[in-house]
Amino acid sequence: MHEYSIVQALLEQCEHHAAANGASAVTKVVVKIGQYSGVEPHLLEVAFDTFKEHTVCSGAHFVMNLQPLVVECRSCGVRSTLERPHYLCPLCGSGDVRVDEGEEMYLMTLEMDG
Amino acid sequence: MCKDCGCSITDHHHHHDDHPSHEHHHAHETLHHNPQLNDPKTISVITKILDKNDREAQHNRDHFESHGVLAINLMSSPGSGKTALLEKMADLAQFRFGVIEGDLETSRDADRIKAKGIAAYQIQTGSACHLDAFMVHKALHELPIAELDVCFIENVGNLVCPASYDVGAHLNIVLVSVPEGEDKIEKYPVMFRTADLILITKCDLLPHFDFDVARAKEAARKLKPGADILEISTKDDESIRKVIQWIEFKKSMRN
Repeated sequence: MHEYSIVQALLEQCEHHAAANGASAVTKVVVKIGQYSGVEPHLLEVAFDTFKEHTVCSGAHFVMNLQPLVVECRSCGVRSTLERPHYLCPLCGSGDVRVDEGEEMYLMTLEMDG
Repeated sequence: MCKDCGCSITDHHHHHDDHPSHEHHHAHETLHHNPQLNDPKTISVITKILDKNDREAQHNRDHFESHGVLAINLMSSPGSGKTALLEKMADLAQFRFGVIEGDLETSRDADRIKAKGIAAYQIQTGSACHLDAFMVHKALHELPIAELDVCFIENVGNLVCPASYDVGAHLNIVLVSVPEGEDKIEKYPVMFRTADLILITKCDLLPHFDFDVARAKEAARKLKPGADILEISTKDDESIRKVIQWIEFKKSMRN
């Protein structure tokens, strides 16, 4: 259950951006969560709603976009979305693939009130 | 929204010169002083949520590198044999190493390592299920880093949470023991995906368990086609020497 620690980091970033923009409240937080980032989306949402109290995000709506795994094959150059974490090019079978999306967690946008 | 400067004031016009107009300044003043006029403001951020941790991790890596130390993050479920491997390496390895230990409670693991004459520092995480770069940073100042060739970071026993945190190591070694079963690799893909070396431990128990080594390797290489995999047992010194050789090879490639 490291979702709590991740939410702490996220709330810190929100506080920072709100202060930098002179905002009194964050109304919406949009994140992009890679399907293979190691985070359970439901737990992340629960953690956010629990720990946002008494922060600049206390009234914020949490929007989570789940990002599937996208790889680019270095052998044949084709970009594919993978349904399972088998890091092989579905077209040519090469294991030499670069992960473009799906393993990271990003804070994307913030909506704030002045 | 104002198309010229991106502000949310719509009832003003920009002059087509380099200087923002007086009216625009005035409009911004009004915006600033009159909260009634404030519209919601959307900003694009696009930052990794663990950005602060990642930066601290890079700082740790730089610190290790400035002393010529190779840092290795050891991860597995509890009881897979991380500490036993380190104890055995203390007997067999030529390189000088230190250990940062992470556990929720007790300093038992650090005590075991120290009993072998190895420098060790115990981090007690309380209830945290993983080590992060900040914890490791504090710990690395407690070790005689200048006297070391290799620093192991023995993470909290857990196949989930430690996988999301860069602690500033150069390499990850992930262990899976024969009694756990080979299905752990497929069940915890994010963890095994991080591995540079996978160690199948307690291989002396293979005759007593239905652990299919070939299937384990196949599953691991679907997650990480380039992963190295070794079968080891602390009862078999030769198998531990292979791990030592792997580490020495990796170290020689960085000097």
